[in-house]
Amino acid sequence: MQQSNAYIITFSIILTVILGLLLSGTSQVLGPLQRKAEELDTRKQILGAVVDGETLRKMKANEVLEYYQNRISSIVVDIEGNKIETAPDGSPMVAEKVNVGKNYKMPAEKRVFPVFIYHAEGNPDAVESYILPVYGAGLWDEIWGYVALKTDLNTIAGVTFAHKGETPGLGARITSSDVQARYQGKEIFDETGTLQAVAMQKGEGKDYDADKHKVDGMSGATITANGVNNMVKNYLQYYSAFLEKTKSAKSSDVVALN
Amino acid sequence: MSTETTIAEVKKPAEALLSKRRKKLVTDPLVDSNPITIQVLGICSALAVTTQMQPTLIMAISVIFVVAMSNFVISVMRNTIPTRVRIIVQLAVVATLVTVVSEILKAFAYDMYKELSVFIGLIITNCIVMGRLEAFALGNKPYDSVLDGLGSALGYSWIILAVAFFRELFGSGSVFGLPIYDSIAGLFGENFSLATNGLMVTPVGAFIILGLIIWVQRTKTGYVEH
Repeated sequence: MQQSNAYIITFSIILTVILGLLLSGTSQVLGPLQRKAEELDTRKQILGAVVDGETLRKMKANEVLEYYQNRISSIVVDIEGNKIETAPDGSPMVAEKVNVGKNYKMPAEKRVFPVFIYHAEGNPDAVESYILPVYGAGLWDEIWGYVALKTDLNTIAGVTFAHKGETPGLGARITSSDVQARYQGKEIFDETGTLQAVAMQKGEGKDYDADKHKVDGMSGATITANGVNNMVKNYLQYYSAFLEKTKSAKSSDVVALN
Repeated sequence: MSTETTIAEVKKPAEALLSKRRKKLVTDPLVDSNPITIQVLGICSALAVTTQMQPTLIMAISVIFVVAMSNFVISVMRNTIPTRVRIIVQLAVVATLVTVVSEILKAFAYDMYKELSVFIGLIITNCIVMGRLEAFALGNKPYDSVLDGLGSALGYSWIILAVAFFRELFGSGSVFGLPIYDSIAGLFGENFSLATNGLMVTPVGAFIILGLIIWVQRTKTGYVEH
């Protein structure tokens, strides 16, 4: 049967409409579930910087949310390290709602920087660590993560990294806990107080225990590792004003106590 | 004469739900015309996702769903699809199904969604899907097409699972995330440890495993390329 052009066009239109409806329907129905999954995932990542990965995996969704509620408080600062209370539209600033990726597109001076504070249960003053989001480019697509600093604001308590499209088994390994564990105990400032950050090295299997600013690399994923290094360094730079301020506030606290 | 024709007409719809011919539709692609090892299709994803068992399993299930469903849909529509735009129609159907799979994963298995990300989307370009639509679904009834799709997708699945098994075992020393190497090493005391093979995590490892599987299979079946 030789079909007329009119038939072909009608067929295509009908097919497009049906498939379009199907897709938008699926996305509408699953949308809330997906947003919940994303939200949970973000909180898990934030917690992942301070909580052992194994423990976190065993927690159920509502346990994670409850734990997050009890242990994390958050503020938003600008590049100068000053706290921002309200968003440009007048609503209160919520760190969890800040899209670090969107901010990344703006010049650094205009960005807002969320800080998540991990504290003792129910007591926001008993800080255990500061969790800073980081964001950058991997080999194929965006990568992001959270770096937790101990109260000396120098030693890394833990990190989590995530990615959108790094190669599974290679660059995607930045999400694995054994790669992330390599950052624990490393320091971001050198003796003179200059920011050195922590850099992943090329090659894998070497011992960097003695070096406070280097960690073992991922074999076959050097470009992703470079992306991680730039991301960590850049964001620690952006947060350095905040870190300075917090540090001096702390020492003045000590003075006040004396 | 007339009785003969009626018999023939009755016989036709009475073909068993799993007749010999239909079983062959499912079992043939498992070994004899396996999409990966014989037709050498879908290699790209076979290399990309097979570093670990778990994502591979999710990938396999997704491919089974997409191939069977798209075969079904195209087969149902086969008499109305305009021949001149059939490829685009197939593509639209496959793309829709793949997107649905990816949305479902995002809602219910977010971790897996993150891990597989682009490769779920790339099922669209998997030659097995379009190949089956062109070669079978366009000319056969829906039920047969579903069986054919299942067969091909299962043929694809068991190969990528086999590849993933060896790659995860030798490359990461585990299976489904269970630390096999560590437990074996544990049996021999503290100073004993097994080294993992870094080659296996790279695509090269997949080629080697795949080549070995094809070799073993062709030696057994005596298949020769024409």
